Amino acid sequence: MSAAFKSTERYIASRDLEVAVNASVTLQRPLLVKVEPGTGKTVLAHEVAESLGLELIEWHIKSTTKAQQGLYEYDAVSRLRDGQLGDQRVHDIANYIVRGKLWDAFESERSVVVLIDEVDKADIEFPNDLLLELDRMRFFVYETRQTVSARHRPIVIITSNNEKELPDAFLRRCFFHYIRFPDRATMERIVQAHYPDLRHDLAREALNVFFQIREVPGLKKKPSTAELLDWLKLLMVEDLPVEALRPNEKHLVIPPLYGALLKNEQDVHLFERLAFLARRGA
Amino acid sequence: MFAHLIEGLRQAGLPTSITEYLTLLGAMKAGVAEWSVDDFYYLSRATLVKDERHLDRFDRVFAQCFKGLGSEEGVLPRHLPEEWLRKLAEKFLTPEEMARIESLGGFEALMQRLAELLAQQKERHQGGSKWIGTAGTSPFGAYGYNPEGVRIGQHESRHRRAVKVWDRRDFRDLDDTVEQGTRNLKLALRRLRRFARQGAATELDLPDTIRSTAKNAGTLDLKLVPERHNAVKVLLFLDVGGSMDDFVKLSEELFSAARSEFKHLEYFYFHNFPYERVWRNNRRRHDERISTFEVIRKYGPDYKLIFVGDAAMSPYEITMPGGSVEHMNEEPGRIWLDRLTSHYRNAAWLNPTPRASWQHVRSIGMTSELMEGRMYPLTVNGIDEMARELSH
Repeated sequence: MSAAFKSTERYIASRDLEVAVNASVTLQRPLLVKVEPGTGKTVLAHEVAESLGLELIEWHIKSTTKAQQGLYEYDAVSRLRDGQLGDQRVHDIANYIVRGKLWDAFESERSVVVLIDEVDKADIEFPNDLLLELDRMRFFVYETRQTVSARHRPIVIITSNNEKELPDAFLRRCFFHYIRFPDRATMERIVQAHYPDLRHDLAREALNVFFQIREVPGLKKKPSTAELLDWLKLLMVEDLPVEALRPNEKHLVIPPLYGALLKNEQDVHLFERLAFLARRGA
Repeated sequence: MFAHLIEGLRQAGLPTSITEYLTLLGAMKAGVAEWSVDDFYYLSRATLVKDERHLDRFDRVFAQCFKGLGSEEGVLPRHLPEEWLRKLAEKFLTPEEMARIESLGGFEALMQRLAELLAQQKERHQGGSKWIGTAGTSPFGAYGYNPEGVRIGQHESRHRRAVKVWDRRDFRDLDDTVEQGTRNLKLALRRLRRFARQGAATELDLPDTIRSTAKNAGTLDLKLVPERHNAVKVLLFLDVGGSMDDFVKLSEELFSAARSEFKHLEYFYFHNFPYERVWRNNRRRHDERISTFEVIRKYGPDYKLIFVGDAAMSPYEITMPGGSVEHMNEEPGRIWLDRLTSHYRNAAWLNPTPRASWQHVRSIGMTSELMEGRMYPLTVNGIDEMARELSH
């Protein structure tokens, strides 16, 4: 792997993330990514694929997903039906093996990036069932007695939302990276990358308000990057003057279009109450 | 090569294994970290730590193992204006804590010690790479206001470049000595799950399909069954107010874990002990009360009843009519508890106070007796115990 992963125009990666990605690319081991919610982990795989110039295969995990589905599935019902109708295809069982995402990745002519998204959504046994496949990058198809092994070891990126603990044996085989909430400087670069046309003063005031809201104690759900970007977009569409964001005195104001930032009715109440207290105290 | 780092990590309680060590060496050999110390730190972190709760501990061990590493970037410690420190302390300390500091020799003495420490650090590692508050040498740690102490050195970005990445210990909030979130509670509650097939038939029932196809003289007859769902029903009675104020956070965590884990969850609030009325909304507890009889009528005995409360009260509240602290109850609390537990055979009481202290409070013993001993501490282990008991 010659190319190394770097921040792109649209995606701002910190140095530790770059090192983690490059380590997992070089040693061909899966990279497990955990984040504070709304910090853009799914996008990461897209960017890695793009910066390395590789194809991306996405496998989104749901609570009902089984590990086997990533490898292959045997479609017994179609075969039964074809048997009934006297179809000739029925004699070859291989016709009824449906390939999964990992099979596609293993068979690919070039190395690919595989994203296993939100691995913790699945059953608690799911990661264990994939241990061998991810380690050796090969698996056995019982129905056809064939072994599928990867032509090129794919780069595997696994994301987790921390809903469940992952098994130790699984963790030992991964590199791990925890994406923290971006600090102000990084956030400015992220905003810059997404909205290059945004006026500087507006961006500065908006970020002030944003970080101020995040500081409010007791919020049920703190606004995240995705919400900040939505909110900025709204602000741009509405073409609000900067003054609307700038508090006259030094206390809290309810920001315009706050619905994009606060997603919880209790939070809005809390915020209104704080703003009211601040006004009264002034 | 870095064996002492691995050893240090294991001593600090991180589950680092030989596999991961070999991976790290492999990555070093492959040149992932190149020649930069920071990259080496990032690489070893990505390799050796697999849980964000351990990141802080990793930083501490790393700092210890590689003391003085890369010190050419450091700058000398500055003189910290006393005024500023004092202000910081006042901002973050309660009056009691301030009093405690007074008793330990006063703020001046503390500052004196701080200054000595600063001087010492300058001598020991030329280039003074450590700031007050990191690596556990800080006097602030000892007096219990360390949580913000680390900011002293890095509040201003001017200093920031001087602080090495691992010395910054950005991940301090995430150490797992503080129980985070509700994940463990959820896993413990999961024991209560009861699977049942209900709802729309979407899964192929293979045995039944074969049977009915054979019956059909070989013509395919597909049979479907509904998917399995968690069908357990839980009724939660939560004690609020009074002595429970100390445990609000814990109760909230349990509540939110239960909410996301069980589809059939009903909850009611009570104060100290269940009487003839309970309520759903604490703000309107005086006008929106529901008769306990109604609860019993509405929710069948297949519900599992879980009380959450510290059961610390006057024994009269349990045994006497009119004993309630809030209102005039015609029947004693124990009769109400009896009614509930005889209707709901699967009932338990979770108590947020530690088990060791139960014997000192008479009402806890009485409640536990009324619950036939099914009182458990509100901890992950306690919930686990309770779930085993209730899942019979």
